This record gives sequence, structure tokens and C-alpha cells, in this order.
Amino acid sequence: MLNLDKLQSTGKKATRDGFGAGLKAAGDAHDNVVMLTADLRGSMKSEDFINAYPDRFVQCGISEANMIGVSAGLATAGKIPMATTFANFATGRVYDQIRQSVAYSDKNVKICASHAGLTLGEDGATHQILEDIGMMRMLPGMTVINPCDYNQTKAAVVAIAEHHGPVYLRFGRPSWPVFIPEDQEFVIGKALHLNAGTDVSIFATGHLVWYAIEAARELAKEGISVDLINIHTIKPLDEAAVVASAKKTGAVVTCEEHNKYGGLGSAIAECLAKHAPTRQEFVATDDTFGESGEAEELLEKYGLGVKDIIAAAKRALGKA
Amino acid sequence: MADIQELKRIASQVRRDIIRQVYLCQSGHPGGALGNTDLLVALYFAVMKHDPKFNMDAKGEDVFFLSNGHISPVWYSVLAHAGYFPVEELKTFRALNSRLQGHPTTHEGLPGIRIASGSLGQGVSAACGVALAKKMDGDDRTVFVLTGDGEQQEGQIWEAALFAPHHKLDNLVLIIDDNGQQIDGPTREVLRMGDFGEKYAAFGWDVMRMDGNDLEQTIKTLQEAQAKRNGVPTCIVMKTEMGQGVDFMVGTHHWHGKAPNQDQAQKALTQLEETLGDFPAEGI
Repeated sequence: MLNLDKLQSTGKKATRDGFGAGLKAAGDAHDNVVMLTADLRGSMKSEDFINAYPDRFVQCGISEANMIGVSAGLATAGKIPMATTFANFATGRVYDQIRQSVAYSDKNVKICASHAGLTLGEDGATHQILEDIGMMRMLPGMTVINPCDYNQTKAAVVAIAEHHGPVYLRFGRPSWPVFIPEDQEFVIGKALHLNAGTDVSIFATGHLVWYAIEAARELAKEGISVDLINIHTIKPLDEAAVVASAKKTGAVVTCEEHNKYGGLGSAIAECLAKHAPTRQEFVATDDTFGESGEAEELLEKYGLGVKDIIAAAKRALGKA
Repeated sequence: MADIQELKRIASQVRRDIIRQVYLCQSGHPGGALGNTDLLVALYFAVMKHDPKFNMDAKGEDVFFLSNGHISPVWYSVLAHAGYFPVEELKTFRALNSRLQGHPTTHEGLPGIRIASGSLGQGVSAACGVALAKKMDGDDRTVFVLTGDGEQQEGQIWEAALFAPHHKLDNLVLIIDDNGQQIDGPTREVLRMGDFGEKYAAFGWDVMRMDGNDLEQTIKTLQEAQAKRNGVPTCIVMKTEMGQGVDFMVGTHHWHGKAPNQDQAQKALTQLEETLGDFPAEGI
């Protein structure tokens, strides 16, 4: 069982590097794993896989719609295609291709999307998608996963290769603390309990998990005990874990690098409204686009910082 | 392979099935379905190696993708007569709880369908994917994909048109139904496409041309494309007449997406010989 003391950063690595490592591992394990990209092999940190398996690498050029369709065809023929590009181009740009050729057609395609959210940084709002979890979550049958660090991303890639069905895997660009133990089991659809607490539940996904850990440490100093849960799989949601925690604490905070509409916060609100109505605070972008800047200063400006999580926890507890 | 007279008998029955399917549900797209009947009969009864027991991955088989999914009644009829599912099931076309959706889908488990189509422009990419997988697996069978001519206005088509020659998919045959019609009118008036052959040649494809309503020529051209392995994909620009086989439906976009009434359906059926037996249905 993990706890706040055990969750220490062992250094910084990007989740996209975790993708690259996981892709190589998945490629080693399954000879039908194929990687596709739309002119972003470097950004996807996939050189180890490409060098090891050049015949299973498909360069599509800047043609994302075609890449999704080619992936659907490869899956039809029994391959496990991993279609890779930036999250904006992997979802919004090709929503109908994913909807018809992948989701509705029940294709075993893995959409692996880097540079999600504000932490993409300097490229700015055109590339900083904050709506992708919502879009992908609405597609029937789609599994949606947003891992939180290098180790979890690597484990997630191996897991999705073994899972039959369409998956949206969302990760990011910046170097980020690595804190999930390397041998931590990754189970699609099963929440990861990071710290047992009694006063407030914090559900976090992606990069903000690290901030949630830091917030929980601060709250502990003030005598507030945080039940901290990492929701890496937003769909299917681990409803049992969400409901049990909310019933225990009676106060909920959700943290995500995504619009407050449609993402993790929405998913948990939908669950709790039905099974255990609970006061909830949303740490998410406030229905806005992003802008250029450095990753961490953007998170702070858009209300996704450690202090924002602490404040949200206090509001959820009626202390603000 | 059935002889040409037998193939023509199958085509006549398929055209009857199209009229009767569309009449029964009073919706659907008879024009393009009638125009492409000879092509699909040629593919499934003379050209392709395929297994009606249906294996999704199609290993060791030729594959057909229908990208312009709205002409589904012709595909359903051909698949049924080829043994993929019972011919009687054609009466459920577009009805509630049917496997024969308005546009083809894998979602209801209908044998013979490998991907959903309907939202246009996506089938060529999927066909590229299967052709690529066959290359990776050393499977030398051929992948055929049909698109409409209006469908060629979709941008994704041209992404795939770049992809296939770059990846040397000489096991891919794209057939463009160049009937010159789309829903809003003649293609040259809606959005002029120019000469498809010139365009595809410029993109690095081998180009062939055929009259898709001439069964013998269609079979010969398809077989030639199927046998070709020269590092280059093939585009067949296929002239057809929308509504072919029914005199008052020929050559006009008016029957692109419109069902005949009872009198019109009866009149159409008098022009199409019942050769293999009609599927049972009330009122027609």
C-alpha cells in the first residue's frame, strides 16, 4: 500500500519518454504491435522501437485522418496499431475517423497522444488541447487513460497492448517527477490508492497527480487527512473506488489538466450524483483556451497549481 | 468462376433485390447501387478469392471495402447470394433490430463487413491498412476498395492517395465510380473533379479505365489489376451509369437517394428478370 511518505520523486522524466519505453516493451512482447506516426517520431520518443522493429514502423506524414484509417485497417488484419501524434491532432482533428472507423467499427486501435494539455507549453493554445478526454470519453466502447508519470505511462502502454479494444492514451511533453514505483501493477479501470485518509478525497489524473501529492502533504501539516486516489483510467471509471472514498470522507476534489467540462471531474460527478451525492470541487481549466508559456507557470496561471488544490480541498470541507 | 451468362443472371437478381429492399423501407440509395451491381458481381463471383464463412482478418483472402457505404443494398444482396448470410435477411434492410443497417457496419456482426462506412472518404485509408498488413505478413492477396466520384471531394482521400504509392502498395486497387452524379446534381456542377486518371497518375498510381456496366470488360480489367505487382498501386476509373438496368432511373442524380413508390417499383421490376428467386416480402 502506497502512502505520502513512499511517494517521493526519484528524478524527472517526461511521460512521453515513458511511452517510448513502453512501446519498445510492448513491441518485444507482441510481434503484431505496429507504430504509426504523422511526422512526429522524434517527439513521440519512439526511436528504440523503430530501431528494433523498422518493419513495424509506419510513417504517415502529416495526414492524421489517413493514419487513423490505416490503423483501423491494420487492426482488421490482426495487428495492434499504436497511432501516435500530439493530442490535439489525435482527437479533435480526426474525431469522425475515430468515431466511424475505430470506435463504431470495434477496431483494436490504440490512439497514443502526447503533448496533451497546458504543459505542452510554449507552442500555445492551438496545440494545448483541453477537451480531448471529454471527446474520447463520449465514444461508446472507448477506454480513456491518462497516466501520471514515466513509470505509469510505460506500464500503461504494455497494458493497452494486451487489452482488446480501442484505447485513447493521453500523456505529455514536460519533464515531470517520477514517483510511481517501477514495479507498481497497472490495471486498466482500477484506481490506484496513493494515500489512505479520512477528511477529504482527492481524485487526480495525469500530471496533476504530483501536485495533488504535494497538496496532500501540505494539508496533512494542517491536520487535514487526504484520501488520495489516482484515476489513471477515466473510462471505464472505477466507480467502486470513487464511491467508497466519497462515502468515507464526504468531501471530494478532482484534479486534471483539462477543461472542467467533460473530463475527470465530470466523470466523477456523474458517478457520485447517482451513487453518493457529495460536495465536489473541480481543479480544472475554467472553460478557456491556454496560451504560450512554461509548463508550470501555465498550470499556476490557469488555477491548476498546488495552492489551488489545497484551496479546493478546504472549500470542499467548508473551511474556505 | 461462373460463366458470363450466369453472372448476368446473378446481376439481374441483385438489381431486383436492390429495388425491393429500397422499396420495402422507403429509403436508401438505389441509383449508385444499380450502377455498381456489375462490379460487385464481378468481384464476388469471378475475381476475388474469398470465404463466405468470413474471417475478419482475411488472411490469404482478397478483400473488398465499400467506402461509399450508402450503396449498401447492392453489397448486401451480393454478400447474401455469395453465402455470407441468408438471402431472406435482405427484407430487414434499414429496419429496427436489423444487421443490415442503412450504411454498412461491423457493429451488428453482419458477416462480410470489415469496417463501418457512410461518413465518406475513410475506406481507402482502411484498405491501405489491410494492404500494408498483407505486405508485412507476406500475404500476396489483393485489396479492392470502391469510392464514389463525389466522395473523391473528401480531403482524407488525397492523404491516402499519397500514402499508397509511398508505401508501394501494389496489392491495392482503388475503383472510382465515375458516374458523374452526386446528391446535389452532376459532379461537374457541384465541385468539378477534373479527370481522375490524370490526378491519380500525378500522385504516382497506375491508372486503368473500364466500363463498369460491361461485365466482361470489368472482369478482365479487375483481374489484370489483381495480378499486377510492380511496386505501384492501381486506380481504376470506372464509368458507370447511375440507375443502370432501370430505364427511368438511368443517368440522373434524382434516384441517388430516393426510394420508388409501388408503381415505380413494379415498373422497375418488370425490366429485371427474377433469376434466383426473390427474397420473401409482403406487398411487392
